[in-house]
Amino acid sequence: MAKKIDEAQVRHIAMLSRLKPSDDEVRLFSEQLSAIVEYIEKLNEVDTTDVEPTAHALPIHNVFREDVPTEPYGPDQALNNSPQRVGSFFGVPKVLDQDSGA
Amino acid sequence: MSTRDLETKPVIGLEIHVQLATRTKLFCGCPLEFGAEPNSRVCPVCLGMPGVLPVMNRTAFELAVRAATALHCDIARFTKWDRKSYYYPDLPKNYQISQYDLPFSSDGYFDVPVGETTKRVRILRVHLEEDAGKNLHDNPAVTLVDLNRTGTPLLEIVTQPDIESADEAYAFCTELQKLVTYLGVSEANMQMGHMRFEPNINVHITRDGVVYKTPIVEVKNLNSFRSVRGAVMYEIERQIQDWLADPTYTLENRGKENRGWNDTREITEFQRSKEEAHDYRYFPEPDLVPVEISEAWLAELQADIPELPLDRQQRLQDEVELSAADAATIVGDRATADLFEAAIAAGGHGITLGKQFISFWLRRAKERNTSIAGLGIDAERLGELSRLTADGTINATAAARIAEHMLDSADTPMAIAQREGLIQVKDVGQMQVWVDEAFAANAKAVQDAVSNPKKQQRARGFLTGQVMKLSAGQADPKIVGELIDKKLAELAAG
Repeated sequence: MAKKIDEAQVRHIAMLSRLKPSDDEVRLFSEQLSAIVEYIEKLNEVDTTDVEPTAHALPIHNVFREDVPTEPYGPDQALNNSPQRVGSFFGVPKVLDQDSGA
Repeated sequence: MSTRDLETKPVIGLEIHVQLATRTKLFCGCPLEFGAEPNSRVCPVCLGMPGVLPVMNRTAFELAVRAATALHCDIARFTKWDRKSYYYPDLPKNYQISQYDLPFSSDGYFDVPVGETTKRVRILRVHLEEDAGKNLHDNPAVTLVDLNRTGTPLLEIVTQPDIESADEAYAFCTELQKLVTYLGVSEANMQMGHMRFEPNINVHITRDGVVYKTPIVEVKNLNSFRSVRGAVMYEIERQIQDWLADPTYTLENRGKENRGWNDTREITEFQRSKEEAHDYRYFPEPDLVPVEISEAWLAELQADIPELPLDRQQRLQDEVELSAADAATIVGDRATADLFEAAIAAGGHGITLGKQFISFWLRRAKERNTSIAGLGIDAERLGELSRLTADGTINATAAARIAEHMLDSADTPMAIAQREGLIQVKDVGQMQVWVDEAFAANAKAVQDAVSNPKKQQRARGFLTGQVMKLSAGQADPKIVGELIDKKLAELAAG
């Protein structure tokens, strides 16, 4: 039987996540992820004919907060664990593609 | 081959992001503040720390519903949030919380004045999402990241491709700015980046009865009305020329393309397409529960929608008899329009007030880099000045002088008029004395006015000026004109 998540899919997701797994890791993740998906497929055995689809696992809705400011972190606290700090900025490896995905 | 043999129809849709006027972010209580020190308005939620939970800002949701209602959208009774995955340093969670298959609103329209007519543009959907942070690329060695903006509530408005020219696109964007400021949904401050635009443009070209479609180009991240107009205009022409040069330049062959706007050169530039990066892997956001909108809540939100700019403009044209252009100018800023109507309610004279708003107050406001409302002159005084002008208590010249004084003092226009001696003299006998005096002192001008056709008009104007001077500007110019004409006629006949 073909794997649920083949090695090409693992490489694709790794690329999207900016990860560079070794060939051994790609093989390993393919096996592990396939096992996970196969396990979850057990759910297909449940008869859901009369069950309405839901968008959320919890039976609650409309949870809001009021538009009232709370005390934010200052730069020192925010940048405390940053591998690279430049003034009050996070420093990250030079981004060549300046177009955000947002 | 020239474009003369072609029929071309530009097809344009807009995607617009509008920052909502909340005090805090969409999913955490961090205050929103433009220009704050980098990374000083952040918390574990918007920094994307593990184990945190977003909680929806009620005001953001309500403002969004209000905007969508004004855009005539259907409001979904059930809506949910989704994760849009992508990796970029301005988004520390590696996904953006947005709405995918169940946006809170869809299928609306927006009427936009274009020249003398109104253009209806259909709205595909309006949804809520969070903004990303800011990357600075100036440093040659590292990219600098400021996450203060991360999590700012944005309204994304997507239109149908109903727009057919750069002018229509421009009109849509400016009218939308008016609408959202009217609704109090956004400050829509362009300098602060509160509105960002992404037009999708292609051209349907008909040659010999066959329709060819150019690739759909999305111009990314425009942040001014001028750049929207420039980019759309440039793209229409470029796409036609590129198709003429290479007939395989079609939607069928090329699909969609991204281009960026170069503001200095006023051209768009090709950006390599990143098909795989658009694999956003949307899935329902497990950390946020859905929203259900009851009829009662919806009615409450829709109840306090104010009169919209285009309706108000039409009403001012009808009720006050303002010209379309003047009404549009006054309505353009809600506080100014409110002040205008309050001044009329306080006894102001509509048409005169309209003239004074446009010719005097607006000019002074622009000099001071504010709106008329920002000048801080109350409705009662504005109304009184227009009433005194309209009923002839003061003349137009005096009104302008009184207005100057009003900018620096809290005195009423009447008090200023009395203090400065600007009350118009209505006493015809007194005016006749000044006319006689002016005629006696200027025999040459009188002679020209009576018998020299070449100089007649100028001489008459000169005599009027002399009378006004004798009256220290207080004579009613209309009556003075009548008295002068009468006296000249007598002299001519005599």
